[in-house]
Amino acid sequence: MRLGRRHHLALDSDARRVLVPFVGELDPTVLAASLRIAKAENAVLVPAYLLIVPLGLPEDSPLTAEVEMALPLLEAVEHAALKEGVPVDARIEKGRSLTHALQRLWEVEDFDRVVVPAAANGGFTPKDLMWILAHAPGETAILRPAA
Amino acid sequence: MARGHYRILLGAAAGVGKTYRMLQEGQQAQAEGRDVVIGYLEPHDRPDTLRLAEGLEIVPKLRTKRGNLELNEMDVDAVIRRAPELALVDELAHTNATGTRNQKRYEDIDDILDAGIDVISTVNVQHLESLNDAVFEMTDVRVRETFPDRILDEADEVVLVDLAPEGLQNRLRAGKIYGKDRVDAALSNFFRLDNLSALRELALREVAEDVEERRQEVLLDPLSKQAVQERVLVLVKPEPESQRVLRRAWRSAQRLGADLDALWVRRPGEQLDDGKMTSLAALRRLAVILGAEFIEEEADDLVSAVRRNVFDRGSTYVFVGTPDESRRREILHGSLVSALVRELPGVDIRVVANRAERRELSP
Repeated sequence: MRLGRRHHLALDSDARRVLVPFVGELDPTVLAASLRIAKAENAVLVPAYLLIVPLGLPEDSPLTAEVEMALPLLEAVEHAALKEGVPVDARIEKGRSLTHALQRLWEVEDFDRVVVPAAANGGFTPKDLMWILAHAPGETAILRPAA
Repeated sequence: MARGHYRILLGAAAGVGKTYRMLQEGQQAQAEGRDVVIGYLEPHDRPDTLRLAEGLEIVPKLRTKRGNLELNEMDVDAVIRRAPELALVDELAHTNATGTRNQKRYEDIDDILDAGIDVISTVNVQHLESLNDAVFEMTDVRVRETFPDRILDEADEVVLVDLAPEGLQNRLRAGKIYGKDRVDAALSNFFRLDNLSALRELALREVAEDVEERRQEVLLDPLSKQAVQERVLVLVKPEPESQRVLRRAWRSAQRLGADLDALWVRRPGEQLDDGKMTSLAALRRLAVILGAEFIEEEADDLVSAVRRNVFDRGSTYVFVGTPDESRRREILHGSLVSALVRELPGVDIRVVANRAERRELSP
């Protein structure tokens, strides 16, 4: 697929949106699976890097060090998505905990599907997963990263 | 009329002595010949506090009714009519009864200050909006009455009324904060040593940050700041692409040690569909996370709006995403980048490309 300046992947505002929240790093198998899901559904992939604001800091504190880690990861995900022809709309969201950050994102944006990596790097704990299953705004797929 | 002087006495928890200190300062001001009134006092039936209020004029409270319940609120109009030099107003985070002049007491105080009256007020750190979740996680108590952080920022003085946690527990045990019947429950819940220590740390940090900000403001006035610092302005629009452009501009700003402003120029009357509204909100949130200022302006001419902001803010770099211009539009209307280069002499213009497209290049 050739992607030049005039070949940006257009985002349809009515398109389905697949949220892939992660922290730390995103397992390649989870990324590949998310891309397959988004492609199959003609959906926009929304990778969301979640930041935890330490309790000692006000919630609106800039998180320089954490953002430094997040940016190359998001760029890598965007790169992979573009290569697969999947439109992408990345986010960085923050909160006092992973679930708090997710809740804040869900409060302001709609998603049709949530793809969640479980355990290992960039994954969610069983407690987080229970919370996500109970509160996710769309269908939820929990993916186990490669061992 | 000059706005009154605003002094806030900040404490870590109930019982550290904020109200007492407020009254002491009121008594002292009155002894020095100033006209002082108590706009609102929350004595909590503490005898020492009530004694200290003696001799200070109290503006009668406004009595309102909710069902059978009679509520007392500060009578803002009466305070303003009375026009003292200094008004003492307890508990600035308090939520007023419905039907009163303002919803929150800090808004009442704002009106009093606008009337040229100095105010001393009190508040506990757990009421600060940005600390609400932190306090909840530390103490398991969700504070309902909050006040925005800007209130502390805008106050002329923020003074910490400090008491070591052990001292506070001793005061609690001696019945100086709550009645004896509530002491045991308080000691094993909110007034636990770990809670009090954490709250005290929050209060200390809040005041320390406030002092540091004020010191910086004095040291660096805007003009001298412009002279020594780089500043980056990034042009965004409510589209997913702008997330990447903003992030990239932030990284460059970090390397330059520069402040970052994000500017969206909205065409007059431009309507945003749901998708664009979502993108705009996401950009605003990202700007907060990155510590960038998000500026929204309505203008016909993008380049003029950029030029104005560059001038006002002392920007030294302007970042733009790859312009989505057709060759035809470029010929008819000219290129955005060329126009920026022409209109912003001495300012670096950087076009942020999508690195993911780099592999498509061939020699």
